[in-house]
Order: sequence, then C-alpha cells, then structure tokens
Amino acid sequence: MSAAPVRGDDVPALPRGVRLQFNEARGQWFLQGPERVFEPDEIAVEILKRIDGVRTVDVIARGLAAEFAAPEDEISADVAAFVTELLAIRMLERREPSA
Amino acid sequence: MSAPAPAPPMALLAELTHRCALKCPYCSNPLELERRSSELDTSTWLRLIDEAAAMGVLQISFSGGEPMLRPDIAVLVSRAVERGLYTNLITSGVGFAPEALERVAQAGLDHVQLSVQGVEDAAADHVAGLPGSAARKRLLAGEIARLGLRLTLNAVVHRGNVAQIPALVRLAEDWGAARVEIAHVQYYGWAVANRDRLMPTRAQVERATADLAAERARTAGRLVIDAVLPDYYASYPKPCMGGWGARHINVTPAGKALPCHAAETIPHLVFDNVRDRPLAEIWRDSAAFNAYRGTDWMRDPCRSCERRERDFGGCRCQALLFAGDAAATDPACRLSPLHADMLAVATRDSTADADAYVFRTPGRR
Repeated sequence: MSAAPVRGDDVPALPRGVRLQFNEARGQWFLQGPERVFEPDEIAVEILKRIDGVRTVDVIARGLAAEFAAPEDEISADVAAFVTELLAIRMLERREPSA
Repeated sequence: MSAPAPAPPMALLAELTHRCALKCPYCSNPLELERRSSELDTSTWLRLIDEAAAMGVLQISFSGGEPMLRPDIAVLVSRAVERGLYTNLITSGVGFAPEALERVAQAGLDHVQLSVQGVEDAAADHVAGLPGSAARKRLLAGEIARLGLRLTLNAVVHRGNVAQIPALVRLAEDWGAARVEIAHVQYYGWAVANRDRLMPTRAQVERATADLAAERARTAGRLVIDAVLPDYYASYPKPCMGGWGARHINVTPAGKALPCHAAETIPHLVFDNVRDRPLAEIWRDSAAFNAYRGTDWMRDPCRSCERRERDFGGCRCQALLFAGDAAATDPACRLSPLHADMLAVATRDSTADADAYVFRTPGRR
C-alpha cells in the first residue's frame, strides 16, 4: 500500500503520465500530471532528477549529501518527506527493486 | 498599451470537433454546433501546437465533441509530444473502436480522461442518449488499462445521479483510475435548457458534499478526487478559469480562440480566429481576451473586494445570464444583488416536475 511510510530501500519512480521537464519558453522546471502543474524549487528539482526507478531513497539522499556537502541524515529526512508527499497524490509510484 | 504583457497560458483546450455520438443534455459545446466542413485541417492544428509550445503553454487537452473521431488524432498527439507539451485526451469512449487508442498511446499520450454518465447502464445510456454507450465505455476502460495509460474518470453529476458519488468512485477504482473528477453540472448552453431537469436540491448537494469528503478520506493516498462545485447554492463564486485570459485558451473546431468554452454566449465579444492571427498575438492583444483580464474592468462590489484576486469576480457568462451584463458580479456571490434570485431559480428548478431532457442535437437554434 502506498500509505506505508517511505523506507530507505524504496525505489521511487515517475509513473506514466507524470513528467519532469524544463520549459525553454519559461526558463523553468515543471512537474506535470493530470490537471496538475507543480513548480518545484531548486532542491526539489535535484531530487526529482535523481528519481529514475532504479535508485533507492537512500542512494538518492547519499548522492545529494555528497554533491552539496550537506549532512546525510538531514537530506535523508527531506527526501523521504518529499517522496511521501508525492506518493500520496500519485505523482510518484514505488517501483519493485530489480533483483 | 500600458498593461504589461500577460504571462502565457498554462493550458490549451483543443476542441477538435463538435461531432459526438452522445447527446448529453448538459454538453459544454455551444447550442450551435460546428459542422465537420468547418473544422480546422490537420496542418492548421499542427501549426497551432507549434505556436502554443513556443509561447510556453504546458498542457494541451484534445477534446471535442469526441476527439477520437478525428482521423489525425495520433498525428496531433505525436506533434504535441515532440514539442514537449503534456498531452490529455478527453473522450466519451464511444464512436470508435477501442483498439484505435493504441496508436494514440504509441504517439506518447500522457493521460486519458474518460467520461461516464452514471454507474447503472440503463440510466447512464438514457442521459447519454445512446443505448449501449455505458458498455462501450467499459471496453475502452479495459483498453486504457491494457495500454498502461494514466486514467481519470470524469463523472458529471446532477439531480438524476448525484446520489451515486460513492459508487462512481468505486467504479474509478475498479477501472484502475488514478484520479476522479466529480463535476456538478455547470449551467451554460445546453445545461441551461435542461436546468429544471438537472438541478439538484440543496439537500442532495449537502449529501454529495459529505459523500465526497468521505470518499476522499477512504481513498487517500490511492486516488486523487477533484470536484467542480455546484455554485448555485454557494456563497462565493468559483474562480472561473483561474481568471479571464489568465491561464487557459480554448480553440473551437472552427478555429475561434476563446477565454473559456462558454465565452461565445457573451454576444458583444468578437473572437479572433487562429486561421487569421497567431495564437500569441490573440492571447496578448485581442479585445476579447483583454475585456475581462485582470481587475481593471471590475465595478463594485468586486472592485473593492478583498477576494478580487482570488475569484476574479466569478464567471462572466453566469453574470451575463442573470444580470444581462457580463461585467456584473457573478450572482453566485452573496454580495451580488442577484444572489437571492439565483438561489430562487435553483430552488424552483430543483423541485420542478421534470419531463424528458432536451438532448444535444445538431441544428438546434
């Protein structure tokens, strides 16, 4: 169930019908779904770019922490909260980890 | 021009055709339906898609009528995908083979919105004016699931089916939808002609509101439920279209560019045609788009209202309908002098002795 809390080994993915795109005309990133347009901030864009249906929440957080020289536990909490929020409105889905 | 250029529209509603197998008595198409011979050709739509993307439009909705009746639908979707637009198909599910959707899916379609008229076949078919239509929709729902397309179930509710909201949400779950739109009938055009057969009672609306809240709680995390509210019983108007000429542009089958699908009911407005003028120019400069853009056109009580940037004075078409003046306050607002009249109409129509619907048919004047 998607209501379960997000874990470090969850693999988030953008489902079909959800798109992360840079709009050239507006010079801005958008996350779009059915009748939904989100304008993610810089941090959200960095998280979303790493959501590829392969990387786990932990891997995404570790990568961000390394790249931005930030404490990993803080970043982990931010990523988990972000993923939880988008799962609840079906802008993300959980992908089964490939064995 | 002293006004700054408006931000580009977020979404383009492409009404490819008015042709449709269904005859729903609340159809949002105008009373005078465009004929096939007046429809824009493929190359004009392709140019429009290019123009929309260049302007910074984010989403395109292919609608109608029934957009799947256009043989070029997959070509148009494909171009929109190439140009980076998020693509929606708004379909009745009827009048074409379900397998035809495969080409559209392969073109890269993002999202299908499938309408239903109710959860019981016979009653739904009656509203749609076509026997067998509910069964056709089920077939298409199966095809949508097989193709793995993101699905929204779109249910228009009115006096005859408003008690079915929990059942409609369950139907959406059965069909694998990720989103449901429960849309109370909005009274323009065909729906005004049927208002005394469609208007729910206040008690029905209260029940519907409670049902909606319960269904949202029950399906939280699994299903997104959006609602279009019944504004005749409201205290404040809806923020119609997110403001006139602010977020949406609508192109009719014959190429007229409108700020909303009902804008043609405002008789003094003249709408530019995309055959004659680039879309960006129409959006920025045309008299019709500037007529009610922003807040400068407002009079009191809107002009000095603290909600003016929130609901934009409500709906211009509804103001026209009740006040005979599209610049008046939407009578759905409790500050409108006509608010009590609107409520009286709703109360009267909701308890009227309903006879047969006036079905949507071509050629009605």
